[in-house]
Amino acid sequence: MSDETLALEVRNIVKRFPGVLANDHVSFTLRKGEVHALLGENGAGKTTLMNIIYGLYHPDEGEIYINGQKVTIDSPHDAIRLGIGMVHQHFMLVPVFTVAENLVLGAEPTKGWTLDLKAAREAVIRLSEQYGLEVDPDAVVEDLPVGVQQRVEILKALYRDAKVLVLDEPTAVLTPQEVEELFEIMRQLKERGVSIIFITHKLKEVLAIADRITVMRRGRVVGTTVPSEVDEQALATMMVGREVVLQVDKSPAKPGDVALSVRDLEVEDERGLLAVDGVSFEVREGEILGVAGVQGNGQTELVEAITGLREIRGGKVILGGHEAPDRNPRYLIEHGMAHIPEDRQKHGLVLSYPIADNLVLCTYYKPPFARGLQRNEAAIEENAKRLVKEYDVRTPSIFTPARSLSGGNQQKVIVAREFSRPVKLLVANQPTRGLDVGSIEYIHKRIVEMRDQGAAVLLVSAELDEIMSLADRIAVMYRGKIVATVDADKVTRSQLGLLMAGSPAEEVLGKEAVPA
Amino acid sequence: MSTPASFANWKLFWKRWGIGLSIAAIVLAAILYFYFRSPRVTEAVLASTLRQSVPLVLGALCGLLGERAAVINIGIEGQMLMAAYVGFMVNVRTGNLLFAVLMGVLTGAVLGALLAFMSVTLKIDQIIGGTVINILAIGLTGYFYQVGLSAQGKLNPIPLGPLAKIPLIGPVLFDNPPITYASIILVFVVHYVLFHTPWGLRTRAVGEHPRAADTLGINVYLVRYVNVIVGGALAGLAGAYLSLEAVGSFERSMTNGRGFVALAVMIFGKWTPFGAWGAALLFGFATAMQTQLQFAGKLHIPHQFIGMLPYLLTIVVLAGFVGRARPPAADGIPYEKEG
Repeated sequence: MSDETLALEVRNIVKRFPGVLANDHVSFTLRKGEVHALLGENGAGKTTLMNIIYGLYHPDEGEIYINGQKVTIDSPHDAIRLGIGMVHQHFMLVPVFTVAENLVLGAEPTKGWTLDLKAAREAVIRLSEQYGLEVDPDAVVEDLPVGVQQRVEILKALYRDAKVLVLDEPTAVLTPQEVEELFEIMRQLKERGVSIIFITHKLKEVLAIADRITVMRRGRVVGTTVPSEVDEQALATMMVGREVVLQVDKSPAKPGDVALSVRDLEVEDERGLLAVDGVSFEVREGEILGVAGVQGNGQTELVEAITGLREIRGGKVILGGHEAPDRNPRYLIEHGMAHIPEDRQKHGLVLSYPIADNLVLCTYYKPPFARGLQRNEAAIEENAKRLVKEYDVRTPSIFTPARSLSGGNQQKVIVAREFSRPVKLLVANQPTRGLDVGSIEYIHKRIVEMRDQGAAVLLVSAELDEIMSLADRIAVMYRGKIVATVDADKVTRSQLGLLMAGSPAEEVLGKEAVPA
Repeated sequence: MSTPASFANWKLFWKRWGIGLSIAAIVLAAILYFYFRSPRVTEAVLASTLRQSVPLVLGALCGLLGERAAVINIGIEGQMLMAAYVGFMVNVRTGNLLFAVLMGVLTGAVLGALLAFMSVTLKIDQIIGGTVINILAIGLTGYFYQVGLSAQGKLNPIPLGPLAKIPLIGPVLFDNPPITYASIILVFVVHYVLFHTPWGLRTRAVGEHPRAADTLGINVYLVRYVNVIVGGALAGLAGAYLSLEAVGSFERSMTNGRGFVALAVMIFGKWTPFGAWGAALLFGFATAMQTQLQFAGKLHIPHQFIGMLPYLLTIVVLAGFVGRARPPAADGIPYEKEG
């Protein structure tokens, strides 16, 4: 007997926020035991819809049906009771609690009035074995690697008998191998009758794992399809609404002199541990060196050391042939360094300042933007108008505070600012993180242009697609060391994935590879 | 936090509690030394230490219940003062000590509800909310206080049978008035609730990562309200202690800064009940010593400077230890549900 009841259905969901129609009469179905991917750019309305299903938001209009029955979901409590579990993009785990404590929070086993942590630990072990998700019940969550934290989140949902599992951008923080493991877990869950909604903006993954794909754009459902009927190009077009170039058109690099030389660099992190452990490499003018690696292997500290934001414990960083006397960011900027920081909101912009001021953050003290002690407002405005037009920054005015812009537009402001100076070395750290396909396309194009104009580019990214698309040479960073440096066209995606996860270079690449 | 014992955890344990335990060991040695030199004085000092520590430990428990749920309570002073006054007045009018204590506790709880309303529902800056309560208390008690009223008795020590006869420990620990006993029992109770019950787990989750708790169906607002109100009740008990057990009358501003010292005690105790108890005893000891030194007259330091001792200790602790002690992650941040 085939069970045609839909595990979940939403009809005509409308959700308004001030100034934005986040969900515009959205209808969506989830069949039992299927993996249904929900694809869309940032701001398309996918997370809003999921938050409504999970009871964190209340819809203005529309209905929700679970197993054919109409339901009202007023809070996560209701959602959990109805068998809906959600793994959020930013984990909802209490960092100082153990795995067992996090697992049972809100549904605690008790002996009389006392919390029964023993039963909690046993539940972790039992579920671990049942679903093949290895975790140590006594480990403190903040000490666990991200991939393991994610398993804890999934176990939390399973502990509460979730039959509908929503995964919100689960692969953002995983290596390619961990992504494969996650897919395997999803297949097993399917077999046990769990229906999965998989939210992402990564096209390759959708085609690899989904049974059906629904694309959303600007709050509406654009269409529902199956992997056999589309390819990446078609999906991207559906997501953005126009043709999108996925692979950057790149002529071969013409490397010149060495612009940046890093030798035996040692850098400590916040806790005094060695984050960068003897790293050496060179970047030449006119080439892009991509540093690949899962976040947390020292990339942040490496970039901070190079850009003068963190002290160097040992080794040298030589910019353009001179070792900087004191590694002061202003000195580096004045000598041709441009920096697109990893955290655009904390380190790239002053969110409360208008866009016009953000665009001159590095040069405000020099003519034409200043005359002695006085600001030259006219020059600042004119500069802002020109850059906003050139880089197509979507904003009501040049005086809008940076905080009001979308992520993609914020990043464009940073790029506009950095590229409006003569650049000898561009250090780009996760330059397209969290951005939609359209913005990614734009920024990749500008980075390649910068390279072709003779700048040296150091690109640090956890997105393998980005590295493979842009880099001329690729260095893989693992646990603070560069484990291999290869030419981009001589290495495959899976080889990079293995190196990023720590497999020894000789095994992956054979004896010809030269670990730097 | 309970983690299994192993060498790595032993090192972690020492790092967290090493300073406190070392101080405790030194103090214990000193006590035994002085006891053998002059038993009477030592007993007096130790008894005084315990007495001085009662409002501090109750105030610290109040503070930590709130802060474990991420609500900062600067108004402990005001809660104590108001409760001391109400308890005293009820006693004057009714002569019923038990009823007076209960009214003091209720006063603290009502002010706690006010703080909760300001912090959780109105989402006002919590420091300002606490200050409002302090100013309110000083104003109301100062205005309504009538000089010359006298209480009808005060709470007397209750010796616990043969235990009270043990040398040194007996008179100090087992011959105390009821609220003093209650304060010790409450240390154990709060510890149990906070670390061994589901309610305590949820409270701590709300204090560290309220959104995570919310997504699991826990009512963040309710948890915060309850914790702050119960904390207020404890502060109320501290106030009742001052006017009905320690002194037996009321004076304007009789709390004298103890509510703020209680905050230092809470931080020094790393937001745990037993830590707070140890810290309260330390501060109580400083105050007891200060009295002894003044009466001994051997040191030629003006008595005002000696009187500064407990407050100096407060400053040193707050300045030196706050950086290293880690409060609950969401402390002081009002919780907003989205959408």
